[in-house]
Amino acid sequence: MIIHAEGLEPQAINDMIRDSDESCTLEGCCGQRFIGAGMSDKDIEIHGIPGNALGAYLNGGTVTVHGNTQDAVGDTMNEGRIIIHGNIGDAAGYAMRGGKIFVEGNAGYRAGIHMKAYREKVPVMVIGGRTGSFLGEYQAGGHIIVLNLNEPDKKIVGNFPCTGMHGGRMYLRSDCRNVVFPDQVTARPATPSDMEEIRESLEEFCSYFDRDTEEILSVPFTVIEPDSSNPYRQLYVAN
Amino acid sequence: MKKEGDIRIPSGCAIAAVISREGHKMSGETITNAMKPMHERSNGLGGGFAAYGIYPAYKDFYALHMFFDSRSTRKECEAFLKEYFEIVQSEIIPTRKIPEITDEPIIWRYFVAPLKSMLVNLQQDEKEYVARLMMRINTEMKGAYVFSSGKDMGTFKAVGFPEDVGRFYKLEEYEGYSWTAHGRYPTNTPGWWGGAHPFTLLDYSIVHNGEISSYDANRRFIEMFGYKCNLLTDTEVITYIMDYLVRVQGLTLTEAANVIAAPFWSTIGREEDPARKERLTYLRTVFPSLLITGPFSIILGYTGGLMALNDRLKLRSMVVGEKGDKVYIASEEASIRTMEPDAENIWSPAGGEPVIVQVKEGAY
Repeated sequence: MIIHAEGLEPQAINDMIRDSDESCTLEGCCGQRFIGAGMSDKDIEIHGIPGNALGAYLNGGTVTVHGNTQDAVGDTMNEGRIIIHGNIGDAAGYAMRGGKIFVEGNAGYRAGIHMKAYREKVPVMVIGGRTGSFLGEYQAGGHIIVLNLNEPDKKIVGNFPCTGMHGGRMYLRSDCRNVVFPDQVTARPATPSDMEEIRESLEEFCSYFDRDTEEILSVPFTVIEPDSSNPYRQLYVAN
Repeated sequence: MKKEGDIRIPSGCAIAAVISREGHKMSGETITNAMKPMHERSNGLGGGFAAYGIYPAYKDFYALHMFFDSRSTRKECEAFLKEYFEIVQSEIIPTRKIPEITDEPIIWRYFVAPLKSMLVNLQQDEKEYVARLMMRINTEMKGAYVFSSGKDMGTFKAVGFPEDVGRFYKLEEYEGYSWTAHGRYPTNTPGWWGGAHPFTLLDYSIVHNGEISSYDANRRFIEMFGYKCNLLTDTEVITYIMDYLVRVQGLTLTEAANVIAAPFWSTIGREEDPARKERLTYLRTVFPSLLITGPFSIILGYTGGLMALNDRLKLRSMVVGEKGDKVYIASEEASIRTMEPDAENIWSPAGGEPVIVQVKEGAY
């Protein structure tokens, strides 16, 4: 079903998607928020610029965007896929706890802020380009993968990555010599078994954006994890 | 007028701007429409616009836009103005009666020139003279507010949603080379006409999305230099800081941006370019009280240009795009796409990284 989004309020768009039994294509989207919020098992294609909180609380299905997205995409998402043929705004995947976000371009500030994992739920975010500062701020779980495929001469991540990170894992396709990490994390070259863990996600990324997995893997990655010997013990009180 | 502080409303904001680097004029319709996709960022308690190049027939005169709470206040204020200025034109600012905008004060504009004899007597620079007098009106004259005081520019603001404020002021009838806009969602204070953005002094105008944690430290410092923060809204202080740094101290816009959104000392410490490191260190050391902390995205309008800036942590969104001679800035890309569906080079400036757009010399 094709939905002409011009002039429609977000509620009206979401009602039409929810009431539809088939996949939905939005044409002319311009700033409407909360598209696909809380939905399960819907396939939504978006042309134009969806508003903030795209796919918030997403619980399954696939949201594909042919263009850039704004802030807080995939806020607290639980399951499903968000695929962005463009850039993603600030606070991407805010507190996501499941599902996967794939971005062809760059991410803004605070991508993966407070991402978390629980038992079988391991969220994954793959950024094809670069990211702004505070990547993985307060990350508590899941995998954040940044590839810097588009402008390799530029720094893969801005300032202060991993601030407050205390769980999960970050993969940066770079030797990270020019990146300063905080004391409570360790950065080390990725081992073959590290890479095996994300191979499936990388292959999926490549299938969406027509990239070659082997070529991506031809550059060494750095893995960043919280340093378990230097945890946040005694941050506030000794107990 | 219900003033800031009389009520408390817990609460975001929307900002947008368009400028022609060639100095080509645009009507206010474009910028008014740009606010529509960001409707949810405002709550109807304030909207406003700044426009540059709109008064070519009076370009040598200061255009004072004023709110009055009564006819007698206006008469009293006019008598005051006449002591210091030659008033070449005074008129009601044309508005459209629409149900969305109510309880408007008396809205008037004056085109004025400082009296030469007074300037000589006071031995003051002309701009300083005008700035001081505007401060005096806003501080001492109850019920009278100057909300715009630059040459060949003007601000238009009201309580309401910005798209309605644009219609209220008939902005489609003005032609400017640069426009900024604001939709207000007041944090902590109620909306009143004087509290809507932009906040201006001379030709500097500020639209701001955010909340200044350092407000009182900034206010205490800036008030030492003759400024008075009496509109009881944090944004006001940014306007005075920019006036002080750029007009009074003679800093460049980039330097001023490095003062108000100074990088962390740790970031300065890692700076590889020695000249830049020295400059950043100098500016942070000389103007520590003008560091603005807390979330902000602002657009500064001035004669012949714009500057957009985020706080150093980038706690607010801001996107920039281009098409031909035009540069577009907004809180959301959707707003830019409304102004120009085919906008190119869409990017988000980093925190503390000023984006300065200058109209070519001679075109404004």
